[in-house]
Amino acid sequence: MRSVIAASLARECLLAVRQLSDLATPLLFFILVGLLFVLGLEPSPEILAEVGPGVIWVAALLASLLGAERLFRADLESGALELQALGSEPLTLSIIGKLLAHWLVTGLPLILLSPLLALMLGLPQAALPPLLAALILGTPVLTVLCALGAALTVSLRSSGTLLALVVLPLTVPVLIFGSRVAMEAGQGGAAEGGMLWLGALCALAASLGPPAVAVAVRISLE
Amino acid sequence: MMADRRWRWFHRLGSPPHVYSLAGRLAPWLGWIALILLLAGVVWGLVFAPPDYEQGDGFRIIYVHVPSAWLSLFVYTAMAVACAVGLIWRMKVAFAAAIAMAPLGAMFTFLSLATGSIWGQPMWGTWWAWDPRLTSQLILLFLYLGFIALNRAFPEQQTGDRASALLGVVGVVNVPIIHFSVDWWHSLHQPATIAQFGPPAIDTAMLIPLLITAVGFKLYFLWLLCLQLRSELLYRERRASWVKAEAGKIST
Repeated sequence: MRSVIAASLARECLLAVRQLSDLATPLLFFILVGLLFVLGLEPSPEILAEVGPGVIWVAALLASLLGAERLFRADLESGALELQALGSEPLTLSIIGKLLAHWLVTGLPLILLSPLLALMLGLPQAALPPLLAALILGTPVLTVLCALGAALTVSLRSSGTLLALVVLPLTVPVLIFGSRVAMEAGQGGAAEGGMLWLGALCALAASLGPPAVAVAVRISLE
Repeated sequence: MMADRRWRWFHRLGSPPHVYSLAGRLAPWLGWIALILLLAGVVWGLVFAPPDYEQGDGFRIIYVHVPSAWLSLFVYTAMAVACAVGLIWRMKVAFAAAIAMAPLGAMFTFLSLATGSIWGQPMWGTWWAWDPRLTSQLILLFLYLGFIALNRAFPEQQTGDRASALLGVVGVVNVPIIHFSVDWWHSLHQPATIAQFGPPAIDTAMLIPLLITAVGFKLYFLWLLCLQLRSELLYRERRASWVKAEAGKIST
């Protein structure tokens, strides 16, 4: 069982490393969205510090959505997805590996880049550790939700806007808790409540997410 | 044998012609009772119920706002149950029921948003406040629209049914979050007054017409669902012999 997950994880990571440009696009997009927000708003430090956490979360949300569209496309076209679904090992296991790999190559770089964006937005120092902790708990949920949407829409020719319409409403709790954690920490308040909720959502996504994505993949393969 | 008979009503719900005629027989009853209840509740609420101590006559929009807000959540839950039934037992009729419910739920959600906005204008002085419940109703509207869009996006009806059914089941996880969002934020909107523990904070003279309109709205929804489901079944089964027989009955 572990070997299936590990094999799938290794394969996805290798594929990602071989297509470095695919990896970089969502990250550049992440910074770009932050830049656009600043340009659209008043660049005064007070306003930026106030809206900063929200901007970072919205940018992270859009970047993971952008990265998710291709998640199953190549495997569906090459037939690899069908083989995984027909194989003797449960599809959920290879999905777990795939999701882990996807989080490692898209979610984790986003988290590593977010201090840079936080710096640009002038977030208070105190807000940074809770923001990072919230992103660590929140991005896996985003990965699972985006993967679910991607699996449901993979057989459609143009799935971009539909994917957004399907996934974005579901991500609202993550956005709310995530940005409130950083906002309250920045104002010197306690961030525990939102963090606990994020942890609960993360546990929910990690446990129920992979089987749900597997069901979605099977529906798309029919 | 007993078990077979006990479940027969359930198995018959899997048959489109049976459900088609059942919905046709139920529809007039639901429609007329809904009309009577709605008329009674609206007249009672608008004319005979006492005006509110603070809001005057402005509160009377509650008789449309609250029943439609209740229904918007109820319909989503019912839709998710239909989705789950469809996914588990592969029941065609359940998928048809789910997609028949979706536009109705979206309609009630929109109605609760619109009446909430109209109510907010005199009470809060603004058409739109980023109040948690208005916001979560807006998210619910998007959940409905995403469901409908996904269902209609596939060239094969069956794939669209199953894909959107999974989305509905996942989305119903959001419905309790929407409900509890009332507790997460405090804001301009008054706290929920009906579903509290202990005696409700709303006066009985205002509550009774509200409950009457709430039941009336529910029956109105069921009436619309019967009509919607019938047309959805006719469309889906347009190549089946029973539909051709139905069409023959009409033309002769």
